[in-house]
Amino acid sequence: MSPRPGFVLEVDRSTPPTLFWHGEGFRLERLPEGSRVIYPPEPLPALDDPDAAIAHALEHPFGDSAPLSALLFPGMRLTIAFDDVSLPLPPMRAPDVRGRVIEAVLDAAAAAGVDDVVLIAALALHRRMTDDELRHALGQRVFDAFAPNGLLVQHDAEDPDNIARLGETEEGELVALNRRAAESDLLVYVNINLVAMDGGHKSVATGLASYDSIKHHHNVRTMQHSRSFMDRHHSALHTSNWRMGHLVAEHVKIFQIETTLNTDTFPSSFGFLQRREWEWTLRDRVGFEATRSALERTPARLARQIFHSVRAPHALASIQAGEVEAVHEETLANVHRQQLVEVHGQTDVVTMGLPYISPYNVNSIMNPILVACLGLGYLFNLYRGKPVVREGGVAILSHPTPWAFHPVHHPSYIDFFEQVLADTTDPIEVEKRYEEQYARDPWYIHLYRTSNAYHGVHPFYMWYWCAHALDHLGQVIVVGGDRAAVRRLGFKPATTLADALEMAEDVVGRSPTITHLHTPPLFLADVR
Amino acid sequence: MKAVLVERLPHRFAAARAASLVAGSGTGVRVGPTRLADVESPRLPGRGWHRITPRLSGICGSDLHTVDGASSRYFEELVSFPFVLGHEIVADVLDGPLAGRRAVVEPVLGCLARGIDPPCPACAAGNKGACERLHLGSLAPGLQTGFCRDTGGGWSEQLVTHESQLHAVPDELSDEAAVLVEPTACALHAVLAARVTPGDTAVVLGAGTLGLLAVAALRRHAAPARLLAVAKHPHQRRLAGELGADTVAGPDETRRAVRRLTGALGVGTDGDRPARLAGGADVVLDCVGSADSLAESLRIVRAGGRVVLVGMPGKVSVDLAPLWQREIRLVGSYAYGTEATTPSPRTTFDLAFELVAAADLGRLVSARYALDRHEEALRHAAAAGRRGAVKVVFDLRRPDEAWRRRPLPAGPTGDGTGDGDGDEATDGAGPGAPEAGRAGSPGRRGATVNDKERA
Repeated sequence: MSPRPGFVLEVDRSTPPTLFWHGEGFRLERLPEGSRVIYPPEPLPALDDPDAAIAHALEHPFGDSAPLSALLFPGMRLTIAFDDVSLPLPPMRAPDVRGRVIEAVLDAAAAAGVDDVVLIAALALHRRMTDDELRHALGQRVFDAFAPNGLLVQHDAEDPDNIARLGETEEGELVALNRRAAESDLLVYVNINLVAMDGGHKSVATGLASYDSIKHHHNVRTMQHSRSFMDRHHSALHTSNWRMGHLVAEHVKIFQIETTLNTDTFPSSFGFLQRREWEWTLRDRVGFEATRSALERTPARLARQIFHSVRAPHALASIQAGEVEAVHEETLANVHRQQLVEVHGQTDVVTMGLPYISPYNVNSIMNPILVACLGLGYLFNLYRGKPVVREGGVAILSHPTPWAFHPVHHPSYIDFFEQVLADTTDPIEVEKRYEEQYARDPWYIHLYRTSNAYHGVHPFYMWYWCAHALDHLGQVIVVGGDRAAVRRLGFKPATTLADALEMAEDVVGRSPTITHLHTPPLFLADVR
Repeated sequence: MKAVLVERLPHRFAAARAASLVAGSGTGVRVGPTRLADVESPRLPGRGWHRITPRLSGICGSDLHTVDGASSRYFEELVSFPFVLGHEIVADVLDGPLAGRRAVVEPVLGCLARGIDPPCPACAAGNKGACERLHLGSLAPGLQTGFCRDTGGGWSEQLVTHESQLHAVPDELSDEAAVLVEPTACALHAVLAARVTPGDTAVVLGAGTLGLLAVAALRRHAAPARLLAVAKHPHQRRLAGELGADTVAGPDETRRAVRRLTGALGVGTDGDRPARLAGGADVVLDCVGSADSLAESLRIVRAGGRVVLVGMPGKVSVDLAPLWQREIRLVGSYAYGTEATTPSPRTTFDLAFELVAAADLGRLVSARYALDRHEEALRHAAAAGRRGAVKVVFDLRRPDEAWRRRPLPAGPTGDGTGDGDGDEATDGAGPGAPEAGRAGSPGRRGATVNDKERA
């Protein structure tokens, strides 16, 4: 039986309460009659034989590219870059698709007599991965073959000796890349395209670039001119990356390998999260109640550990390889096949239950800035056409929003929250007054390069990610959040969803239309 | 006359210490050596001495140390029992050259007051605070008025002062402003000892009375490029900003804030902050005086920088390894004297009078109590930060002088610690009742109980 597509439910009297994620917990909320709930499509079936699919993709490239085997030759410099710990969410069960793909690439390289091979985690300005995380992503065998010899490295955007300046685009954007990648005979990039924003030229032009290069597209202007950054053809972020990608292609041959995963996001013990509430079985109900009551008695720190140990049963849904742009168009079609949901008309109020995880707090704490970014950056932008919520509308986020930060992963976030947001929440002002200071701070640079810290500028990007939503919305309300933290973000705190809806009426008027994004699993709203 | 007296009763000092450790500062007053007593007015010790009657007398951190039985034993030879507390005093002068005028007391009992001639080198140089004869001469030992059995103290209806201790108060200066002159002189002396140079980053740890006064003094008598005040409570944060701090941070934010201001690096981690800084502030004024604040000062000051102890420390345990390895200068700052100002030296008190007027420091008086409610006053002073107050004073003015009182700053600060303040404020009409308010901006001073009553 083929999976059911996503759909939009209209709430009526018989509709059971709707599940909202709430950090490391859940809330069941009764939405007003007439509200809409957007449900994601059911997971696509897994590929029957992933290894065969990988092998096929490598030898049947898209676009103007030879098969991988034809690009390999003895004595060449081969670099394999791969997406970092921010993908997929949650981390997938072993074997991770990156490890599978890289093993196949390495087999082909070995067969061709290539012995100068280096693996690079394409961190961009993200934190360095731990050995355990690298081992999980690549598999034990690959890790053991490369890490002990120093042939598994993590991109360092602040290493002046290992950044090559390739030139500037016609728009004056500096392109500066990882030197090893830029000076290789072949750069193979292995990606996981969890959402439509990922992949394409962004993989290399961002993942292997320096801060001075990345800042040309990671800024408020591009964010405000991306409608949305989840729709690459209407995204200034992507347009800039594409210009850079064309310049990169003049210097290094890239063989892009993109994968899509199905939305089988949670293990069977959390089966109720994947199911529509009115279809919950007795087992789902018992599972939900047991989970909820256990979480209520569990200290937050332990609950966080439990959730971050969850491994998603994501399965490989597609793989395509070859020339970057041709590959990416195919990838986008596959992402859309899994995630697209048709939605008719915008809403006055959009509600979202935010989970415990975002791309930037894997094995970490979802701090308030990441809460804002997940809601207003990611979920708000998961649209094609126009936002789910109308201009001047209200977004209601549900998350505990603790005033808590991971001291190792997010040191500059602490300062950003303490200093920058205490001064202004206007992204333009934030960028103008503070970005340079944080981006060049030698302490943050030291921690980024030697510890497991995000780059000093990273919290700025999280805030810029919210820029389109902040421009668009009339108000943002957080249900059940730490009030001081919510206020520091510039949002309004509310105790209950009912209170939040009352508050929203002050902005959008009486009896507003309400739409709930029932995610994760993820979907992309095709709003017409 | 009524006076708050401290007697040499070791068991009561011990009880006060225990009580304050268990239940917090200010709670030792009931079981300690401090009591409200009927005592004889002190006799004039000799020529040049005059009787004064306090109008307002402040409660200082060193007074609370005494009440709590927490004073360093170092002072044992520098006080004489029984003594009447109170050394921040604005008073009416009853006799002598300033008879009929208001005066502020400069409380140090140096060589001149003690009839020691020739004076010690420090006194000869005008640095009374550094006097080395505090246990000698015609007076019983006592480093200041308020710690000497022969002079009485400000928490009473009358005391005696040497004419060299009296500074006439200009008519335009309110009593509330005048009572701040002595602590302001302390803060000024510390700021000048800090030797801040243009371009420096200066940090003031603590935003009680001394910390806030130090901020005001730094802003007007030094030229730090960056001035960071560390304040715990919302009203302290607001006042620190109003008085001239460029940046105000909470205690937990100190290291991060200093690092951001100075571009220092962190060294190690301590939760969500660096364990210490490499680099840091040029000058730190520690206006708390605890082991924690001194340790924090050493963490945030740069190598070769200067830490000035402004708050009175006791016996503290601090790791001095950073002081040694980073060649940090630890400087004590006590009282006042003559400052090396240009074009010519000036007394700290002269400078303090000007600063109090220029920065409108009278606004820091938050609550006034009658002497017979000294227990409440001391508890209020000990919890001033939590209760939204800064300076708590005893008000010894006659009830018929109520019209001369400067209205207290109005309005809760919203920190949720209004325990008792509201009741006390509404209770303030009668003689002897406390009139407790909160520190506030000049623009908010109008809405006090007294003003409403007058209206």
